[in-house]
Amino acid sequence: MSAFAATFRRELQLMWSGGGALAPIGYFLGATMLVPLAMGPDRALLEAAGPPLVWIAAALSILATLERLFQADLEDGSLDQMLLSPAPLELITFAKGAALWVAIGLPLTLAGAPAAIALQAPVDRLPFIMTSLALGTAAFVGVGLVGAALTASVKRGGVLLALIVLPLFAPPIIFGAAVASGEDVTAALSILAGCALGAAALGPIAAAAALRLQAE
Amino acid sequence: MSARGPFQDKPQNKLGLRVEALTLSRGGRVLFDNLSFAAAPGAYVEVQGANGSGKTSLLRALAGFLRPQSGEIVFEGVDEPALAFHYIGHANGLKREATAREHLLYWAGLFSGSPSEDFVAQTLDLHRVLNTPVRALSQGQARRLALARLIVAPRSIWLLDEPAAALDDAGKAVLNELIASHRASGGIVVAAVHEPVGPTPTQTLRVPR
Repeated sequence: MSAFAATFRRELQLMWSGGGALAPIGYFLGATMLVPLAMGPDRALLEAAGPPLVWIAAALSILATLERLFQADLEDGSLDQMLLSPAPLELITFAKGAALWVAIGLPLTLAGAPAAIALQAPVDRLPFIMTSLALGTAAFVGVGLVGAALTASVKRGGVLLALIVLPLFAPPIIFGAAVASGEDVTAALSILAGCALGAAALGPIAAAAALRLQAE
Repeated sequence: MSARGPFQDKPQNKLGLRVEALTLSRGGRVLFDNLSFAAAPGAYVEVQGANGSGKTSLLRALAGFLRPQSGEIVFEGVDEPALAFHYIGHANGLKREATAREHLLYWAGLFSGSPSEDFVAQTLDLHRVLNTPVRALSQGQARRLALARLIVAPRSIWLLDEPAAALDDAGKAVLNELIASHRASGGIVVAAVHEPVGPTPTQTLRVPR
């Protein structure tokens, strides 16, 4: 097994074995499902408020998983071992991000369908909303890797992490919400794909650089 | 410069570790300065010193995690720097939720070693707990599992920080055997210890000097 496959497999196992992956998905579904109850059945209001709410819930769900992503590795000595691997740390970081996306981004994408229906999104728009969630969560994870790596050694670094990461979550949120509300879907999806690819390519490199400093 | 420290790239076959005029500081405090030593194949270098004297920092510098303030660390006769050494630190590098077997498989992938789980488990007497998650292991068993990395993937230089911590007498005996066979096959061991563990060191370094 390659270092990439071994890391990917282990991270998935760890995320699912502790039930840690269920919490953010439950949070996402809970937050989006409660909105119609709180706002009442006014269809026009829900249609306007729904897309932004789906995206804010998705961003916060991913954010909640980031704080311990590298902190746990730093504390228990796993990070030292990753640094000693013959595989580049960038690849290992990428594997961790990929596992995080499969464990949380993908379920969030699927959960986006019931959430969008609860928020009165037209059914024919669901494929676009789910595609946009798949791309948007990938962008969140890529950016999140960097924030998580930078704050790995900060005790209770959650606030700092949010300050670093949330401004960078803005572009996917803007264009994701545009897709969900049906404005210029193709253009918004292309930009989202760009965000996702950029974050997936650059995130692991920046995160690995930050982690090398943390190991000192 | 590589993140793992400067390595000599000209082809040589003789393994060696050379440290020249090494100065390390942590948080603005100089731990030791001008430390020099060399280790040849089969060497067992014991690093001794009080708590906080810089034993761990020296090992972390050798592993390439810490950038020295000045001085040089040279590994000779190492073709592939990434395959040069193992570092067993204070922290065992284990995940509470994963089983011993899952750790062995993971390391085999991470270090491009071979997952000879049964052999590893036999050697370290872990076969009864192979499918037990780490949170249910004792301190000594967890330490043994951490030491299993030494067997999972062969490396020529072992950097061990208090390797015998939490080990019982049988565990210490196994550790000494591992060190002895590693030295016999031409490897180098650098161990930071609080009190001498077993093998007679070929060289003893006292920090601070």
